[in-house]
Amino acid sequence: MPSHERSRTIHVEPLARVEGEASLRVEIRNGALVDLKLSIFEPPRFFEAFLRGRRADEAPDITSRICGICPVAYQMSAVHALERAFAVRIDPAIRLLRRLLYCGEWIESHALHVHMLAAPDFLGCDSIVTLAARDRAAVERGLRLKRVGDAILELLGGRSVHPVGVRIGGFSRVPRRRDLAPLREALLRARADAEACLAWVAGFDLPQAEAATEFVALRHTDEYPFNEGDLVSSAGLAAVQTEFEDQFHEYQEAHSTALFARRQAGSTPYFVGPLARLNLNFDHLGDDVAAAARATGIAWPCSNPFASIVARAVEILWAIDEALRCIEAYEPPAAPAAAWEPRAASGSAVTEAPRGILYHRYDVDAAGLISGAKIVPPTSQNQAQMEADLRRLVPRLLELGDDEATRLCETAIRNYDPCISCATHFLNLEIIRS
Amino acid sequence: MKPKLAVFKFASCDGCQLQVLNAGTELLALADAVDIAWFPEARSAGRPGPYDVGLVEGSVTTPDDVARLQRIRADVRYLIAIGACATAGGIQALRNRADVDEFKRAVYPRPEWLATLPTSTPVTEHVPVDLALPGCPVDRQQLFAVVRALLAGTRPLLPGHSVCLDCKRAGAACVVVTQAEPCLGPVTSTGCGAVCPRMGRGCYGCFGPAATANLPALAEMFATLGISREDTARRLRGFAGNAAPFREASDALA
Repeated sequence: MPSHERSRTIHVEPLARVEGEASLRVEIRNGALVDLKLSIFEPPRFFEAFLRGRRADEAPDITSRICGICPVAYQMSAVHALERAFAVRIDPAIRLLRRLLYCGEWIESHALHVHMLAAPDFLGCDSIVTLAARDRAAVERGLRLKRVGDAILELLGGRSVHPVGVRIGGFSRVPRRRDLAPLREALLRARADAEACLAWVAGFDLPQAEAATEFVALRHTDEYPFNEGDLVSSAGLAAVQTEFEDQFHEYQEAHSTALFARRQAGSTPYFVGPLARLNLNFDHLGDDVAAAARATGIAWPCSNPFASIVARAVEILWAIDEALRCIEAYEPPAAPAAAWEPRAASGSAVTEAPRGILYHRYDVDAAGLISGAKIVPPTSQNQAQMEADLRRLVPRLLELGDDEATRLCETAIRNYDPCISCATHFLNLEIIRS
Repeated sequence: MKPKLAVFKFASCDGCQLQVLNAGTELLALADAVDIAWFPEARSAGRPGPYDVGLVEGSVTTPDDVARLQRIRADVRYLIAIGACATAGGIQALRNRADVDEFKRAVYPRPEWLATLPTSTPVTEHVPVDLALPGCPVDRQQLFAVVRALLAGTRPLLPGHSVCLDCKRAGAACVVVTQAEPCLGPVTSTGCGAVCPRMGRGCYGCFGPAATANLPALAEMFATLGISREDTARRLRGFAGNAAPFREASDALA
């Protein structure tokens, strides 16, 4: 930036390729950061308020409407919270099918983000359409990967957006073994696509921005986490899921309609999502996927947020292997769902949404109606961390021209695949510097 | 010049526009046939209107939404409302029966920082639209069939029968008869392929009321299944609960 310009305001094209409406304002004066605010101004829809008075068994279907891209995550956190409240024991086959279902969502959501939302940043394109003009094979590979994820959701849930199969205690219908055979074939074919995808993103020129960060994820004793496990962090956190509210605190800022979150201890930001999961669960990837992850040249655990796209590609490969394992091991349960009775109780659960840990808590009355609900999605947890990442980039922003500075900020936000689900999808970036 | 397509979003979950991205190779074919000029979820550097076809997702919930919607209407030749939010107000229209200030206090520590309307209303209530496709989410096949018809210059045909008929055609076992499970299929518009009954559960009405809906008869049938009037009303107050036939029938029950 020419040093003779004392002060400048830059309005750029709205940032697209995120789910929701947000803006970023960066003000730099005399080389020092004066103000940095990531504002989400999605219109609130008040799910936690209107859930009150609804039947507990409606929660999985209603909360899935928070996000059309990760509806299964909402269904999973809801059923596990309510099963904890009602002391429902689920069949091991149901547990397996739920892992298979979650594999489908991770594959479709990650494939969407890697190819359609994030890859254009690293390849100088504005969309998947322009990317397709340059590298049609890569785009078609991404669409095939997305398709195989959607196929899992369709088989177990009837449709890929807002699937309908999940219920408290299990599923409304479960497949026979032979119903899974075509899916197995599709997954076996997709594995080569997932390997190629990982090699592709590993070749991207990732900005280097290693920094001390507290990564938070679930950790299970012997498997990569979906619905079970304890809350752990790279800074030594070890807590059970029901202690979530003791460990993490939500707060509001005037500039955002999404709540922020920070650690109760120290009031510090934290990082959730694929990179956090991979850093904290690398030993559960399995030998083949771990070898593929190492072959990217990244040393894991990795504290560079720009490596998130690689972590996502590793998880696509892992989820394909895990889905195949689930299909191999599956024997239909005696009943599609365990019987349960509502009672006055509270229950909470954390599951690993594609974008990171998702917390639900419900209070239910004796008639089985919800009297209170709390939902903490991954994007609000990451919001403070996104601002922290952007602050660290300030010295670099000063070195760059406006277009490059803007692109770097947008990419830094997209590292989190923010799911801001609401309103128009703009990041109006404003950089003021002097 | 290729026709210009735009995709807009109001209060919603993104699921309906995701149906466009979920089309896979059909999406690439669409991108060959039209200029996807405005689609913030999928591309940066959108281009201004006017547009030939506009898809609008979501409901009107903030003070600025109405003016933005009117600008969109003026900019688009064929405007299509997609999904339960744009055609009926969505699940967030449950606020219409409540005190939104209490809702704000229930969810946010500082409710005074929020700018929100007391109601969630469909796009169709504020501007005339050329087509309204229901569903939570909108059906991908139906959406692409409509866009193809418009591009070909023909009038898209939308069926008006109920989910119940689709179920019979598919040879799916009736969940009311075989499982005594309450099902909104008899009063809900077609479009989903009877996904819920085929998955072994009752329809929850996410495609909104069918043209032929007989809601008093449905309430009687639910009563024989042991469903209380209050719970029947609650079931009608779902993803399309603000659509007039469901809203009025639930008011009559509650």
